[in-house]
Amino acid sequence: MNAITPTGKFLWQVKRELWEHRGGFLWTPVIIALVMLAFIAMGLVTAELTAQRAGFTLNGIHIDQLASHIDADAMAKFQGALDVGLITMGMPIRIALFVVVFFYALGALYNDRADRSVLFWKSLPLSDTQTVLSKVAAGLILAPALAVLGMIVLQLGFLILFSLYAAIHGINALPYLWSPTHLIAMWIKFAVLIPVNALWALPTMGWLLLCSAWARSKPFLWAVMLPVVTGVIITWMQLMQSFSLHSGWFWQHVIGRVLLSLIPESWISLDSLKALDHANADPSLALGNLFSFGAIAERMASANFLIGVAAGLAMIAAAIWLRRKRVEAFA
Amino acid sequence: MSAVVQAKGLSKRYGNTAALDDVSFDIDAGRIVGLVGPNGAGKTTALKAILGLAEFDGSLSVLGLDPRTHRTQLMEQVCFIADVAVLPRWLRVGDAVDFVGGVHPRFSREKCEKLLARTKIKPTQRVRELSKGMIVQLHLALVMAIDAKLLILDEPTLGLDILYRKEFYNNLLSDYFDEQKTILVTTHQIEEIEHILTDLLFIKEGKIVLDATMDDVGERFAEVMVNPDKADAARALQPLYERQIFGKSIFLFDGIDKARLAELGELHKPSVADLFVATMKGTYA
Repeated sequence: MNAITPTGKFLWQVKRELWEHRGGFLWTPVIIALVMLAFIAMGLVTAELTAQRAGFTLNGIHIDQLASHIDADAMAKFQGALDVGLITMGMPIRIALFVVVFFYALGALYNDRADRSVLFWKSLPLSDTQTVLSKVAAGLILAPALAVLGMIVLQLGFLILFSLYAAIHGINALPYLWSPTHLIAMWIKFAVLIPVNALWALPTMGWLLLCSAWARSKPFLWAVMLPVVTGVIITWMQLMQSFSLHSGWFWQHVIGRVLLSLIPESWISLDSLKALDHANADPSLALGNLFSFGAIAERMASANFLIGVAAGLAMIAAAIWLRRKRVEAFA
Repeated sequence: MSAVVQAKGLSKRYGNTAALDDVSFDIDAGRIVGLVGPNGAGKTTALKAILGLAEFDGSLSVLGLDPRTHRTQLMEQVCFIADVAVLPRWLRVGDAVDFVGGVHPRFSREKCEKLLARTKIKPTQRVRELSKGMIVQLHLALVMAIDAKLLILDEPTLGLDILYRKEFYNNLLSDYFDEQKTILVTTHQIEEIEHILTDLLFIKEGKIVLDATMDDVGERFAEVMVNPDKADAARALQPLYERQIFGKSIFLFDGIDKARLAELGELHKPSVADLFVATMKGTYA
């Protein structure tokens, strides 16, 4: 009766995740963006009122005139600083994305077993592999894509607010604030970073889904306590000098990877961040280097990255296997 | 027509208890089979095995497929309603229809909408806003719109009032069931569905204790109401079960010649519920 393709089924399943998690995936970034814009607007109004009360005259200074004296170098610096500002502005949305996807993954294969709706999903011709993969895609592609959308709304809103503010003072800020090539390049970078982040996050996604599929109760405790307690034991054993493994290595490369890799852009190595501190170059250049395609490719080719992808895929495979076995848990 | 379900030597253990103990049975197409047993007798385990939701030992073929290895394929032909409230509470009615239509090749959206139009359910409502009875109506509408070969119902009307229960089975019979379809149902409200069943499977402590068509049941079993003076003669024929009412004894016999029984007293066709009680005596003792 209906023409059904495997791809079609998969997309319906991703859509189902969006229906269930619209609040976390869509409304969270949008609301954060709107609240931040509201704060910025309030700040501008406050600044304006304070300036008027104190008798400052912004009107006296003409940025246009100033700008005519700015050379190309200074202009580029200003653009760079603006880029840095626009990117860092998205931090709250990124942090929220981490929290949302972390708990999404923990519940993804657990909640429907807890409320027994798993029996409904399993009464439909859906394979467990597709079901689990649709949840991976929802958490690692769909949610970040919506977060990027939220960040773009925030950036545009910010630029509009400042342009309006400048306009009130008779200043045409458009040539300074609005640089389409910069914005579009930035958004393309955002889009490119989604799959990079997704691959990097696979060990955490895999681990959380595994716990979600495995736990008969309290998946959070399993997911967090198991690695942390292991880490504490290893640290203790190292203190007792009975174990040669470096506990710091274990915390960073195992525990950190299975719990925190969902943090956007956490694949940036600590070393390159340290290098940033030393470099006295301006932050926009440094940021540009950090996110250059070359740097991303280099990072993706590292053992840490690739082993993580392999471990993540293995844990996802295990989660699929458990998904097939663990219906009985709540019957 | 080969059997829709063929089970041979089905076994399943949970720890030390055998939920299914070397069970064999066949279910033919076009039948409505009542799988009846006390709590913990293995009904749900048997259904789960058929649906590929549980591991088991032995051989099981459902529509010619092994549910352990061909679950996804099988679920295109098999529908399943477990006891109420397994529909996810966040799901919107309209989305549920869209979703099933999107993933199920044998789903008719038109039929589902027609069925839903008969209820008070609105497409914009979420499952959590529906009453228990409405949730079952929704689930039934989704399932009846699927042209499946085998429908499995596990306590589908648990916790519903009599109006919803009657409507549930009426809909099923009038708008769904035909000779191409097979229904396997478990319920404790056996007296409400005995008139629609064509076959009975009684299961007790993991074993099938009765496997008969309803016609067979009418032939084999008889209930006799006996005055006290003939009670000993009746007991000599080894009744399955005896109970007292108004100073008379009622005996349930299996396979005793009807003419002989008629001499003892008034003959009745036993209800499935009486048969059940007689067969299962001692279960909880």
